[in-house]
Amino acid sequence: MPDASKRSQLSPFADNFFPFLIANTGTLLLILIWWIVTALGLIEQVLLPSPIDTFVALWEGIFGGDLIRDFWLTLYRSLYAFAIAAVLGIPIGILLGANEQLYRSFEFLIDFFRSTPATAMFPLFLVVFGIGDFSKVAVAAFAGGLVIFFNVAYGVMNARKTRIMAARVMGTPRWRVFFDVIFFETLPQTFIGLRTAISLTLVVIIVAEMFIGSTNGMGQRIIDAQQVFDMPDMYASIIATGVMGYGLNQLFLLTENKFIHWKGR
Amino acid sequence: MEAKSLDYQKRKRPPVFGVDIAIAGLTKYVGGKVLYEDFNLEIASGKITCIFGPNGCGKSTLLNMIAGLTPLDKGQLRFGGKPRSQVKIGYVFQNYRDALFPWLKAIKNIEYPLLSAGLSRVQRRLRVEELILQFNVGFDLERYPYELSGGQQQLVSIMRALATRPNILFLDEPFSALDYEATLAIRDKLQEVFVATGVTIVMISHDLEEAVYLADHILLLTKRPTRLAEQVVFNRSRPRTLETLSDPEFVRVKAHSLDVFRREAS
Repeated sequence: MPDASKRSQLSPFADNFFPFLIANTGTLLLILIWWIVTALGLIEQVLLPSPIDTFVALWEGIFGGDLIRDFWLTLYRSLYAFAIAAVLGIPIGILLGANEQLYRSFEFLIDFFRSTPATAMFPLFLVVFGIGDFSKVAVAAFAGGLVIFFNVAYGVMNARKTRIMAARVMGTPRWRVFFDVIFFETLPQTFIGLRTAISLTLVVIIVAEMFIGSTNGMGQRIIDAQQVFDMPDMYASIIATGVMGYGLNQLFLLTENKFIHWKGR
Repeated sequence: MEAKSLDYQKRKRPPVFGVDIAIAGLTKYVGGKVLYEDFNLEIASGKITCIFGPNGCGKSTLLNMIAGLTPLDKGQLRFGGKPRSQVKIGYVFQNYRDALFPWLKAIKNIEYPLLSAGLSRVQRRLRVEELILQFNVGFDLERYPYELSGGQQQLVSIMRALATRPNILFLDEPFSALDYEATLAIRDKLQEVFVATGVTIVMISHDLEEAVYLADHILLLTKRPTRLAEQVVFNRSRPRTLETLSDPEFVRVKAHSLDVFRREAS
């Protein structure tokens, strides 16, 4: 490690290099192992292409192929489904969460739909919405909507009673207690629901693109590459989809930490 | 419209009218079993009353019923002869972390009760400034509650409870989650505020010495079905200091209360 006296002679790049190495040890180690395994031919080329080939496929897909288009379409469908899920899930969640008796009367139905995999509903949605794009979005929205609804209702039902009591004893009118206290109380749980939902809608959209006759999207790209045994492209597409999922989650986390500064305190 | 002068110290502030509380025929069942049955109590106005009793005798429930947070099964509550809707109550909870609003800064927490009181922004600001002076607050109220220490948070809770100039102040074991230093500081502050405003204070305490030290009246309750075992009076003048703790009358009252408590709790 360069000591302090030598540090001023090193370029800023080198200054950042070692901390960067340390912070990303896991990732770099994985890539290293991957490279070694393929270089030594420990796993067949057919199953695991080398990191170089994968990276080349990624590059070619972005600059020479349709990767950006597919990426954008999948993203668009996921966000569209998520928006519907949020618009439907949040109000219904608040309504049923605020009314414990109402919730109890629907509880069996809610638990049943929660437990049913959304992907099992595909054929049903195809019948209702046709073979077009929207049926994919609809199933994803359904799955996401249930998750959001459930988290919001749960948040409302479990809002800290002490805070609500404190507001009531101050003589705050009921509607104020709702907007000033219950709303903020349930925000952390609502955000958990939103974050889970965005991951879930992505999953459902990918599955739909793979198996419900799509001509574009990352799901379709991945399954097509698999069927012609274009492994580098398949791996590259999977990694790109992973980046999308990771990016979305990080975005939500950042928004959450900005909005809900008191979380976990 | 009168000029809004910032000389609020010089302006004559009307004293807070502490009211008495009359509880008649209070009955409450919890989990099918009787907690209170035909319970009667009079809480004197402008005095500090401390409620002391064995675990599970329903002290918090009693406070919540009087405050209107928990419904009673039977009974009548009168506040200075008036119903609950016509009296202002401040409530300080034991768990300040769960009672303050973490999404609002401390100063906004204090201001919050005033939002439903129909005051203008200037009036609210003046009242908050008044409280800050009265409590001699030395820390930054522009911080969020979770950035403050336990004692500071509880002080903010008390200030918030007193913001609307309530007739009655309830405190449910306000010091049990605080360290000793914070407890002493806030106890003294509470006494000062009491002497200055004449608000009726009803406090639940699990510390007998503290209860006797602060109170004019000590209510000793029995186990379920809860009744009043005895009402002990301690009328040393205020301000009470740490010297009061060695006062012979204090020692006698404390010993007697302990006897009654032991008898009832066994």
